[in-house]
Amino acid sequence: MHLSKHTPVAAPKDLVSRMLRSPDMLFKFSTTEWDMLVRQARSAGLLARVHYVLAQHNMIEVIPAEARWHFESAVTLAKKQQLAVRWEVEQIRAALSGLDCPLVVLKGAAYVTAQLPAARGRLFNDIDILVPRNLLNQAEAALMLAGWHTTGLSPYDERYYRRWMHEIPPMQHLHRASMIDVHHAILPDTARYFPDPQKLLNGIEPAGDDLPGVYVFSAEDRILHSATHLFHDGELPHGLRDLTDLDLLLRHEAETPQFWPRLVARSEELQLGRSLYYALRYTQYFLDTPIPPTVWHDLRSVTPNAALLSIMDSIFTRVLAPAHASCDDAFSSIARQAAYVRAHWLRMPAHLLIPHLIHKAFVSPYLDDSTPKPA
Amino acid sequence: MKLQQLSAADLRQQLAGEGVWLRTGPFSLRIRSQLPRIAEGLSDLYGQFEVRNSSQAFADFHITLNPPTRLRRWFRPQVGFSFDGNQPFKALPLDQAYPMLEWGLNWCVSMHAHQYLIIHAAVVEKNGLAVILPAPPGSGKSTLTAGLVLSGWRLLSDELTLIDRKTGMIHALPRPVSLKNQSIEVIRQFSPETFINRAAHDTLKGTVAHMRPPKSSVQRQHEPARPGWVIFPKWRADAETLLTPRSKAQTFMFLAQNAFNYSHLGTDGFRVGTTLIEQVGCYDFQYSQLHEAIAAFNQLAGTPTQDALV
Repeated sequence: MHLSKHTPVAAPKDLVSRMLRSPDMLFKFSTTEWDMLVRQARSAGLLARVHYVLAQHNMIEVIPAEARWHFESAVTLAKKQQLAVRWEVEQIRAALSGLDCPLVVLKGAAYVTAQLPAARGRLFNDIDILVPRNLLNQAEAALMLAGWHTTGLSPYDERYYRRWMHEIPPMQHLHRASMIDVHHAILPDTARYFPDPQKLLNGIEPAGDDLPGVYVFSAEDRILHSATHLFHDGELPHGLRDLTDLDLLLRHEAETPQFWPRLVARSEELQLGRSLYYALRYTQYFLDTPIPPTVWHDLRSVTPNAALLSIMDSIFTRVLAPAHASCDDAFSSIARQAAYVRAHWLRMPAHLLIPHLIHKAFVSPYLDDSTPKPA
Repeated sequence: MKLQQLSAADLRQQLAGEGVWLRTGPFSLRIRSQLPRIAEGLSDLYGQFEVRNSSQAFADFHITLNPPTRLRRWFRPQVGFSFDGNQPFKALPLDQAYPMLEWGLNWCVSMHAHQYLIIHAAVVEKNGLAVILPAPPGSGKSTLTAGLVLSGWRLLSDELTLIDRKTGMIHALPRPVSLKNQSIEVIRQFSPETFINRAAHDTLKGTVAHMRPPKSSVQRQHEPARPGWVIFPKWRADAETLLTPRSKAQTFMFLAQNAFNYSHLGTDGFRVGTTLIEQVGCYDFQYSQLHEAIAAFNQLAGTPTQDALV
């Protein structure tokens, strides 16, 4: 097997990915292990998804009575959020109906509107949409007219978003507080690799009959976007959740003939081969995602050398574990910093990156005033 | 084992180390803190609650209250609330450590326990029937709640009405009653022997102190109660004691707006809410004299709930 050559260092205390790989281990769980599983799964945003997996295995009864409500509450919230996401997407579509472009929803909202297995037990923070860059100003104006407004960022962050990012600052609805991330590309213009948004738009598909006018990326592009996001984003509070999304997307599409060759070919076309390689490596590592050996062979031109790979393993096996103190070891904090710097390194050239990191390290902490006071 | 059976030294040591496991109503907590004020507050107010060895028990909420940074220990000391490593609130002055624990616990319950419809209201019980007391701040809700539970009513909660979505019954969470500003003195005079802990000043809610919950309410904390009435109290100087029926539809709308998680529950929230409203009497209640108010409530508890007034 591919990973046996360079087995990454495991985070042995990560109970969430361990039980997702082999749910049967839960039969032997002690009270303290259940306590830890609930805490880690909550930190990872995976309580509802774990419940869904156990339901699929007819294993709900294995959850001790005292722990069960945590999972059921999360399921309640996930169901409500999915209903809300569908409704919000319809509101966004109506708000943007005057624009001469289709509404493309990304990531979680795409899984929900297209009713994919990756929607099951998915919790949401925001809705991501993509509009062509030349219509960005019009889209922002139309969303503002419909009640969404740019949230209170510092002037520095606002400028940073508008000048360098592939999205405008997050917009929040005045009454419903729903958040939208409006993208015009999936990576910043300054990134080392820049997949042409037009190529992605050429491949879009209708989300479903019940949501006319709403589109999602093709199956391959959805997976590549999810992979790109994981390996270009500085902070990964929901890294393991995003890996489980990828795992569900891959297992679902793997049933389609010729899926794997098409995925690899598309990754080359979009300059995202390396991201795909890492995504497959770490979904397999954390979640035992079945990946045919031919895929590794086909990806050999983008496979990092052994030295780089061992560094990447030591970083990503740590930062993709649940964001909970119990999953951390002595190197977790360094690994997180390394992932942060690496993501920015990929996103912008050094003459932009260095001033940005200095601002983030020494100026932003003293301006941050965003955490709410207790009610 | 009850918390009061722990020696002060053991309590402090456990809080600073593995944490103290504590059960309040349907929820178990694991609390950790190096702050003497937290140990003092728990020992003052939670003596009747069950504790266990925290290293072997399942806890619903893992919380920590400590100074946010080392520097802050010396310079304008502060306290930060952490929910299993996350800080949902800004740090507060150290003087507010104990109220922060209570506010933090309210946050833990209202953000997570969606097996209940959670209404922002006090709730007390007599003869098996509960009175829900929803009201905006300043309406005298806490004072009335404290007065009632010091006069033979059972405390279910002073902030969070937990309605079981499966059974419609109200579950008890008889944690200390929060008293604000003038009501601290009112309750001291009403019942001089009742324990009220040291006040924290200049909080967002003014001066805040907590009243120890009655022993009998804590002993019966696992006994749910059937909803009997929804009563909106309003304290007004010199007002005569008056109970007037109010519309069930309006009451429902108010409860839905003042529920922490009504919208999270979708159609089930509506079902639980309407089922509740159908079986309760709904009233507005004005008063100026606490003794008269309690007498009026006692009279109400002696009459059948489904009167034809509404």
